[in-house]
Amino acid sequence: MHDLDRIIRRGRRNDRLFNVLGATLAVVCLTVLGVLVAQLLIAGIPRIDWQFLTSFPSRKAARAGALSAWVGSLLVMLITASTAIPLGIAAGIYLEEYARKNWFTNLIEINIANLAGVPSIIYGLMALGLLVYQFRLGQSILTAGLTLGFLILPVVIVATRESLRAIPQYMREAAYALGATRLQVVRHHLLPYSAGGIATGVIIAMSRAIGETAPLVTIGALTYIAFLPPAPFSPLPAGPDGASPGMYGPFAWIMSPFTVLPIQMFAWVSRPSSPGNDFAPNAAAAGVILIVFTLGLNAAAIFVRQRVRRRVKW
Amino acid sequence: MVAGKALMTPDRSSPYRPSADPPSGGPISLDLPGLPDAPRPAAPEAARIKADVRGLSFYYGKNQAVKNVSLAFRERSVTALIGPSGCGKTTLLRCFNRMHDLYPANRYEGQILLQPSGINIIDRHVSPIEMRMRISMVFQKPNPFPKSIFENVAYGPRLRGVRSRSELEGRVERALKSAALWEEVRDRLRKPGYDLSGGQQQRLCIARALAVDPEIVLFDEPTSALDPIATSRIEELVHELKSKVTIIIVTHNMQQAARVSDYTAFMYLGELIEYDSTATVFQNPSKPLTEQYISGHFG
Repeated sequence: MHDLDRIIRRGRRNDRLFNVLGATLAVVCLTVLGVLVAQLLIAGIPRIDWQFLTSFPSRKAARAGALSAWVGSLLVMLITASTAIPLGIAAGIYLEEYARKNWFTNLIEINIANLAGVPSIIYGLMALGLLVYQFRLGQSILTAGLTLGFLILPVVIVATRESLRAIPQYMREAAYALGATRLQVVRHHLLPYSAGGIATGVIIAMSRAIGETAPLVTIGALTYIAFLPPAPFSPLPAGPDGASPGMYGPFAWIMSPFTVLPIQMFAWVSRPSSPGNDFAPNAAAAGVILIVFTLGLNAAAIFVRQRVRRRVKW
Repeated sequence: MVAGKALMTPDRSSPYRPSADPPSGGPISLDLPGLPDAPRPAAPEAARIKADVRGLSFYYGKNQAVKNVSLAFRERSVTALIGPSGCGKTTLLRCFNRMHDLYPANRYEGQILLQPSGINIIDRHVSPIEMRMRISMVFQKPNPFPKSIFENVAYGPRLRGVRSRSELEGRVERALKSAALWEEVRDRLRKPGYDLSGGQQQRLCIARALAVDPEIVLFDEPTSALDPIATSRIEELVHELKSKVTIIIVTHNMQQAARVSDYTAFMYLGELIEYDSTATVFQNPSKPLTEQYISGHFG
């Protein structure tokens, strides 16, 4: 019994040790993150006002604003979401529920998992060659949105597959046994039950995409944009003769040049500042907006997950 | 199985066992278990054949799980499939609603004729969806959908195109009554099905299976995850249901087979060893292997 006593005492000591170690590391990580965010907030918040949100960039730091950047970020994310989400979920469902498991689907599976780890600049290079030069989509919001869509597609697919895989097989059998078709099983059961996991994955992917800079610089995002993309059905600029030339189509904006928040931040940070014309607060303020976007997306993810979790149990 | 042989014999004093009436139909020919036998039962209604299994073999890839099994299941009776783990009884059961079609590399041989139309359930050209619509299944583990009690039961009728609210409500009520669950849940049909206890969940699954007026209900060890009280309620229910529908039940529990079934088929290593009225199988088995299994020598 003596031995047993010693073993138990050692176990408890290790337990305590690990507890302390874990707590220390967690505190260190959170402190670093907290200091960074606090610094950004201290530097940025005083700069955020109506003028900053509604002004275009300017050579004068005090008159510059992030309007074109945050509008650009939102529009690019809109394109990204509307392409990557349906495609990714559909691909995930196909691979998990429809495709036969053989060497070919295994190959696809491995490749998708690897794609999720490819550096984002590689996607930028691919988009430059394929979308800009080959398909002649230009250095547009469309190109940027599709590029980020490619970037997060594997993440969406993997998240979808994982969420589907988490549904016990007996749920599928219960539905099939009642005479449901494969599509009915997917629509009535699998999608609703996995919605929480899929939404979480999608939103995490989106918050990664919204901070991406490298691929968008590669495809030629501008750093200085003093106009907004044309709103749907807004009038075209009048010609030299003053005649009314009609209006923009509903999707004219997707071909517009653009900038996004991280690129605008980078432009401001790298700009030489002189006394009285300091761009650093502008960069910090743009950073705060970006963080707010990201936190908003994450809050949405948590909200959706909680809602689904309350409904779905097994 | 450790219980003595005395426990294995049908319990005639059981409250839901109608007094000593051996299953009509009399002894089935022991040598040719699959063939409809000569002595026609007194009450033909009770003994008409509902499903006729002829030379059925089933393969998981190269592994043959059911070997040339022939037997006939009688209408409005309970037939128990018993045998040790891996004997192919669940595999045989899952042939009836073509559940094996959900997984690749599975193969059927032979015929399962659904009477009176004589349609071959496992024919490649027969739609598995149709068979699942006509033959319901209750699984080993209660598996209600994470939806409301009402939606769980209404799902089958909905799949069959029932749209009208009042008709759905009627069917749900009837099914829940048949499954002896109505009184317990009538006030909370909107509550999620998984809030119920395990036994109630299983009865909910039975209601779900009954809501579509199936021709056969397959039970795959329906009480193996339940406590004794919930088990006896399910057994009672199975016994009541046979007046409406043909029931095939797989069970590990030999007392259960003895209590609820009219006929018992004993399977071993994929083969049908013996098929007869439950009383005969348990009290006077013709094969030594059956005798050994029944008395707990293996399995």
